Amino acid sequence: MMIDKRLLGEARKVRLFLAFTVGLGLAAGLIVVLQAASLARVVNQVYLQGRNLKEVWPLLIMLLGLIFLRAILAWGSEVLSHRAAARIKGDLRRQLLQRLFALGPLHVRGERTGELVNLMTEGIEALEDYFARYLPQLALAAIIPLTILVFVFPIDLTSGLILFLTAPLIPFFMVLIGKWADHLTKRQWGHLSRMSAHFLDVLQGLTTLKLFGKSKAQITVIARISDEFRKTTMGVLRVAFLSALVLEMLSTISTALVAVALGLRLVYDRISFEHAFFLLLLAPEFYLPLRLLGNQFHAGMAGVTAADRIFEVLQTPLPKTGDRQEGLQPETQLLRISFKEVSFTYPGGDRPALQGVTFDLRAGERVALVGPSGAGKTSIANLLLRFADPGEGIIEVNGIPLQQIPADQWRRLISYVPQHPYLFYGTVAENILLGRPGASMDQVREAAELAGAHEFIMKLPRGYDTPVGELGLRLSGGQARRLALARAFLKDVPLLILDEATAGLDPASEQVIQEALERLMQGRTVLVIAHRLSTVYRADRILVLAGGQVVEQGRHQELVDMKGLYYCLVTAYRGEAV
Amino acid sequence: MKTFFRLLRLLAPHWKMMLWAVLLGFCTIGSNVGLMATSAYLIAWAALHPPILNLMGATAAVRFFGIARAVFRYLERYFSHHVTFRLLSQLRVWFYQALEPLAPARLMDYRSGDLLSRIVADVETLKNFYLRVLSPPLVALMILGPVFALLAHFQTKFAYVVLFFFLLAGVVVPLGIRLLGRRVGRQRVETRARLHAHLVDSIQGMTEIVAFHQAEQRLTRMNSLNRELLQLQGRMSTLAGLTGSLTGFAMNLAMWTVLVLAIPMVESGEMKGIYLAMLALAVLSSFEAVAPLPLIFPHLEESLAAAKRLFDITDAEPAVQSPAVSAGRPEKYDLQVTGVSFRYDAESPWTLKNLDFCLPQGGRVAVVGPSGAGKSTLVNLLLRFWDYDRGSICLGSRIIKEYSQEDILSLIGVVTQRTHLFNATVRENLLLAEPGAGQEEVIQAARRARIHSFIESLPQGYETYIGEGGFKLSGGQRQRLAIARALLKDAPVLILDEATAGLDPVTEKEVMEDIYELMKGRTTLVITHRLTGLEVMDEIVVLDRGQVVERGTQEELLRQHGLFRKMWDLAHQIIS
Repeated sequence: MMIDKRLLGEARKVRLFLAFTVGLGLAAGLIVVLQAASLARVVNQVYLQGRNLKEVWPLLIMLLGLIFLRAILAWGSEVLSHRAAARIKGDLRRQLLQRLFALGPLHVRGERTGELVNLMTEGIEALEDYFARYLPQLALAAIIPLTILVFVFPIDLTSGLILFLTAPLIPFFMVLIGKWADHLTKRQWGHLSRMSAHFLDVLQGLTTLKLFGKSKAQITVIARISDEFRKTTMGVLRVAFLSALVLEMLSTISTALVAVALGLRLVYDRISFEHAFFLLLLAPEFYLPLRLLGNQFHAGMAGVTAADRIFEVLQTPLPKTGDRQEGLQPETQLLRISFKEVSFTYPGGDRPALQGVTFDLRAGERVALVGPSGAGKTSIANLLLRFADPGEGIIEVNGIPLQQIPADQWRRLISYVPQHPYLFYGTVAENILLGRPGASMDQVREAAELAGAHEFIMKLPRGYDTPVGELGLRLSGGQARRLALARAFLKDVPLLILDEATAGLDPASEQVIQEALERLMQGRTVLVIAHRLSTVYRADRILVLAGGQVVEQGRHQELVDMKGLYYCLVTAYRGEAV
Repeated sequence: MKTFFRLLRLLAPHWKMMLWAVLLGFCTIGSNVGLMATSAYLIAWAALHPPILNLMGATAAVRFFGIARAVFRYLERYFSHHVTFRLLSQLRVWFYQALEPLAPARLMDYRSGDLLSRIVADVETLKNFYLRVLSPPLVALMILGPVFALLAHFQTKFAYVVLFFFLLAGVVVPLGIRLLGRRVGRQRVETRARLHAHLVDSIQGMTEIVAFHQAEQRLTRMNSLNRELLQLQGRMSTLAGLTGSLTGFAMNLAMWTVLVLAIPMVESGEMKGIYLAMLALAVLSSFEAVAPLPLIFPHLEESLAAAKRLFDITDAEPAVQSPAVSAGRPEKYDLQVTGVSFRYDAESPWTLKNLDFCLPQGGRVAVVGPSGAGKSTLVNLLLRFWDYDRGSICLGSRIIKEYSQEDILSLIGVVTQRTHLFNATVRENLLLAEPGAGQEEVIQAARRARIHSFIESLPQGYETYIGEGGFKLSGGQRQRLAIARALLKDAPVLILDEATAGLDPVTEKEVMEDIYELMKGRTTLVITHRLTGLEVMDEIVVLDRGQVVERGTQEELLRQHGLFRKMWDLAHQIIS
């Protein structure tokens, strides 16, 4: 049924919790029976045996005690299950994030970002109901009716049989209907996402619709689509309600059946009033946990759906890395990197991003990568940053295969400035400190000054303490870029990988950034993904990439004279000869 | 409170149906009380060994209530959901109707995902406002009436005992716990928001995290946030768990108290013992009406928050008011911008300041400048998405405020940087411009935009689905479709707003040629920060921070060594 083995595996980690839930369920069942028994006895003694209040007082006190105990038990199990659920959620969240870090940035790019963020937040929250409500209710639904039956059978076979025979019908119907509802719910999901897709389409294109005078016409379309959605929703709900009707019928009619059967036998004196009343009290208690389970069915389903996606991520195989613990340490200040016949295909990609790429990056050299988009420029940076390892060929650092250097140690030697730097939620200073977490405030300020960022930072409402990122102040593209440069200045390492910004900057901030970049490249080994002529002019060497291969290599003037791809690239935009 | 009443007013047209649903809800719980009470009575009576015929009435009642309960529940659910979902469907239309006049000026600050979640999720949330907020207390009140009367029939004390515990379980306890939990609840919401922000950062900033080997540190931080949240959730559930258990406690305690009060009455003969069992079960079963009450408050808060988000949008005033009578179609299509100033609100600095230019019919003017210069604002003013604050914009010698927005838009063809293609076929996307166009005209327009042969090569030709879920088009193909649309629309004035941005140089050149085709015979305004193809312009206006800093032909401007020249040099630096 709705017991996901992998989720139970998680629950096993809080085994104590499961044992407690079952134990509490058992205790709850016993108390239910005892409460019914003492109530039946009190009523019997007062009604038929003419006892007075004083005589039944001890029984009443016991009843009160049971009522109290029942409340405490209910509270305890609720608290316990919520805490356990919270613990499991926290645990899974940690595992997920760990896995994602291990999978690296290449796994998380593009469209997957939103989905993964959603999974980490909403997806995990959906497990709350599964663990805090569905599982405990499942335990209760199994234990309480059984406990009650144990007491009913010795007293009255008929009532016992009525209960015993109808009880399995409830889960049976529930499974049956659940499967059907599951199918319908999936279809319903399809409808919902189609409706959402249409709404999104309209909202995104609202200006376009307006430009063509068609935005008002959408009112009828929206009305139609949302009415269709209503109809299918009602269709699904009708099934759910019908199933509830059957379940409800089962429990109320059997209660009525028990009552009538008991009444008849009482008339003929085949059963005592106390027993009969006791059984009547137990009948609704018998069905209650089963019916409540039906209410939690939805929570269970949502949890299993979310779990599917969570475990899909957790079970994604990690990219193979040849990390050795006794990793070698290259000479830190003089790095010589060589790509030898390196080929690489993105996981899930249909054609190689790099094919047989061979080049050297000598210490202190400035190499520019140039080529149309999709040529493999970023892939080279990704491999060098060890976000992935080459499929074929080898990358060597000072003669040591890069794969034998532990990734973290290697990245300590590299500064990376991406095209669209990401700012984390935190202060400006914290964002710069990413470059070197232990740095002092003075060093941060110095780095910001070198990056041409100090001036604008001082104009922010709280200077270096201004929160930026997701929940903070939004910075412009140029400002974010300068912070990224400050990070690189602070990190101060021999190898710099740089992805130039293409557009969107105004002439004034462009100049500041260019000057900062020039300072940053000074005295370092630099691999730059170049988008600007001024950068390639100054490069010691230019690698021209196309279709994942190095097609031309040389200095600017040499390449221009070759009149090849580089020449085309440089002149196309300008519509003139160089 | 105001939101609450506004929500009520939205429900108002359906009040009859809703009342029916409440009535059915009452019958459902009433049947249960009836079932339990008559069952108890039946057994108690049977214990006196009466002739079996005498029991027939009670037996029939028990069976009736047993069946009625299930049927009423079904009907109640069906009715209440029927009316609720009808309401939701109408709310979506209502929301869109309110939203449509706001676009795009008033919706600028909202992301489309945000608006989507309002029209889908927030509207969906409102279903709880009736089902879980309004209906349960009404049902509980209706149940309380007969139960109160029944108990008072025996002894008024009983009735007051039940009333007391009803109020305790349904109102006092949930409210008290909510008040107690308010601080922890707020802390939990905050901590969760911080945790979520941290997770979002961790995923979106993955590249930086891995490159700067921060994974360990991020995990540690997440663990500490996790622990904090765990603690708060623990405290929260300690409180929240109390609600459910106290409801049950109140129910049993009410039964117990009634019993304790009733026993001496049986003793003294004031009441017959036969009713004892019935009273106990009637009290117990009536508490079914109380069970949903504690959930009212969280659902109420959620509904109000959702409603507020909807009202935020529907309350906004459209940025422009159409005149009572539109000026109709002008005779000439020259555009005269005189001393126009504009700012988005009274506090912010001027986005456009004292802007002048003249575009004669059939002429070509380009407006260039770095980003943030005010170029897009100018387009928004010309399309009457906003109204300017000072100066005047005249089209065909009448100021544009005299035209309705629809009329203005019907005169202007626009090709923008981000052309939206709908999830529909190629043909439907083109027909948007001119729904009456025949097959020939569509193909003619596609030919002139040089996209016809490409469309023919698609799997289903003009019937191929494009857009988000359909066939992916390249940037150049999208722009050509947009040009074909503009050709179909055949408007006398043309605005090209960064029409070639984001295209690679080769494609850009080709698209520019298609654009020249489109410009023929039309009054054309080109807005761009890319400085290609400007040599054919009659005049180039250079904007910087809302003001005209230079103007002239391309040749003249290049000679001036001003901003235009700087932008030109910068642009010709880029090689990819």
